[in-house]
Amino acid sequence: MATQAGAAASVADARMALRHRLADRGLDRTLLLLLPAVIFIVALFIYPFVYGLQLSFQPQPGSEAVQQYGSGPFADYHNFFADPYLRNTIWTTLKLSLPGALFNVIASVPIAYRMRGRFRGKRTITTILVVPITLGTVLTAEGLLAFMGPTGWLNRLLLDVGIVDHPVRFTHNYWGVLFSLIISGFPFAFLLTLSYLSGIDPTLERAAATLGAGWWQRFRHITLPLLAPGLGITFCLSFVLAFSVFPSAIMVGDPSRQTRVISIAAFHAAFEQYDYSMASAIAMIMGAVELIVIGLVLGWRSRLYRGATGGKG
Amino acid sequence: MSSRISELRLEKVSRSFGGVPALDGFDLTIKGGEFVALLGPSGCGKSTALNCLAGLLPLSGGSIWLDDKRIDTVPPEQRGFGMVFQNYALFPHMSVRGNIAFGLRMARVGKAEAQRRVDEALSLVQLVDHAEKFPGQLSGGQQQRVAIARAIVLEPSLVLMDEPLSNLDAKLRLEMRTEIKRIHQTLGLTTVYVTHDQEEALSLADRLVLLRDGRVQQIGAPEDVYTEPANRFVAGFMGYRNELELPVTSVADKSVVLGDLNGTRREDLGQVAVAAIRPEDFTVGDGPNAMEVDVEVVEYQGREQAVQARTASGEQLHLRAVARLAPGDRVTVSVPPERVLVFAADSPAAPEKVA
Ligand SMILES: Nc1ncnc2c1ncn2[C@@H]1O[C@H](COP(=O)(O)OP(=O)(O)O)[C@@H](O)[C@H]1O
Ligand SMILES: [Mg+2]
Repeated sequence: MATQAGAAASVADARMALRHRLADRGLDRTLLLLLPAVIFIVALFIYPFVYGLQLSFQPQPGSEAVQQYGSGPFADYHNFFADPYLRNTIWTTLKLSLPGALFNVIASVPIAYRMRGRFRGKRTITTILVVPITLGTVLTAEGLLAFMGPTGWLNRLLLDVGIVDHPVRFTHNYWGVLFSLIISGFPFAFLLTLSYLSGIDPTLERAAATLGAGWWQRFRHITLPLLAPGLGITFCLSFVLAFSVFPSAIMVGDPSRQTRVISIAAFHAAFEQYDYSMASAIAMIMGAVELIVIGLVLGWRSRLYRGATGGKG
Repeated sequence: MSSRISELRLEKVSRSFGGVPALDGFDLTIKGGEFVALLGPSGCGKSTALNCLAGLLPLSGGSIWLDDKRIDTVPPEQRGFGMVFQNYALFPHMSVRGNIAFGLRMARVGKAEAQRRVDEALSLVQLVDHAEKFPGQLSGGQQQRVAIARAIVLEPSLVLMDEPLSNLDAKLRLEMRTEIKRIHQTLGLTTVYVTHDQEEALSLADRLVLLRDGRVQQIGAPEDVYTEPANRFVAGFMGYRNELELPVTSVADKSVVLGDLNGTRREDLGQVAVAAIRPEDFTVGDGPNAMEVDVEVVEYQGREQAVQARTASGEQLHLRAVARLAPGDRVTVSVPPERVLVFAADSPAAPEKVA
């Protein structure tokens, strides 16, 4: 009896010891709770990515790329960069998404700066600013057409007041898409900027004020440097969002020329030419361009101060 | 801008938040070079008073005068007052040097001159070796020194400090207290210092201002406030821990008899009065106001012991004793009548826990 109990105890000890050793290495059973997330990521991101990547290196027999550049693994990529109609979609997309994201980030700063304190009506204003996020791009595009289209309210107003004598083209061109990117992207940038701003300790600005700094100097020397890393992240996310612009490029843009963005090219390859490997190659190029831009921004960000900002965030 | 002031005057300064007054009719005149401490429990309006002085909070009423100039409408960046915040509020993205130089940079002081003054401030707070570090790399005490250096490098006409030591541990607090005193003696800058710690206020200030619920209770030199508190609240706050509520037997001018306790009257009394006695004013042994007490708890504190005892009538007493006492001892203690301060029972008391 006694020896049995002793043996049971030593087995229990060994088990305890193993658990402690694992815990020392940062492993414990609660990590199993991460399993669903890991499966989810593998199934939804990694598998499609790897599948698309390998597909992009297997040009479809009989496709335009194979006819012109052979059936080597890089034929689709070669085709993309050799054909200006395809290649230029990168610039077209960058020309929309970079200014769109930049505008959203820059515009969100003064508004968030004004809105970070407590004041009456803050919730109403925040709601109004954030509502477009719930609309979705298609609804936004329709709204834009109704408001800014050739027979929209804005043009009617301009005509009635007599500022112009023909309807101004705000839509079905570059500007239409840019407006739609701003409308749907701004709330997002604003919310992020607001949360970064409220993470900055407001007494820092008060301290600066007692040291003789006026409002601009306080913003320029205290708030902006502490906010800049957050703005970098906000820019990256806004940019990625804008870079994959698709519905509005078609609905309020000029999808065959001015706003033939890269996702239109991918859509065209996949669902009009049924060339999935070309579409995959375009998707990979999209990803690469996004990575380059994000890499540049993060490189700039790594040179900034990124420590604590003393606030509640 | 850094010229010495001769007088700073607060006239009926008031500030309320949503109709609730946090500071009510605050009158105070501060002479140039003086060190004034605002003392009171948490929530009594000390920070409000300081922020009003700094210009970080607009007044709801009253005015502030610097010599003959009205300054309560001047924005904080133009007042030229230095301020030390409770959480230091150092700029995390600037080095120690950058933090201290910030005010000089805003004032467009020349490079060489700024460098010299920053170096002076650094050596004054003994941080020369840490000039290139960032606030995140400093200990609490060092951060506080930076905050002080940053506030005084401009030689402001007024230095405001809001509980600057309350985030430090006990030992560091004592060190920094001495440091602040030394800096004040060296530079002679007019200072308003906010604290809830009576010891800190007593040891630093030339003059104390006691606040309760936004109203001034007493203004006076540390000795005066310590030995002659104006009311029960101030007494409780200044360490008169024993409060015995007793019926008034007789009153003759200043001397009162409560039961069989002789004391000194501090205000008009009703039927019942409160005798306030400091633990250290009791002596063990026979003498005036002798009473027998049972020792209940003894805390050893080095030279002295803090003793909790109970009187024959069941009242709890705090006292200090040099003689060795043990729980269960029955001893006679006495206290001179002039150290028994008698207040009306219905005057407001200090909060139980002073913090
Ligand atoms: N911004 C504010 N809004 C509302 N009430 C405030 C504000 N600041 C202070 N108060 C109130 O004013 C009173 C005094 O506060 P404060 O001056 O910070 O006290 P202390 O510094 O003495 O602890 C408190 O009752 C506090 O709740
Ligand atoms: Mg306070």
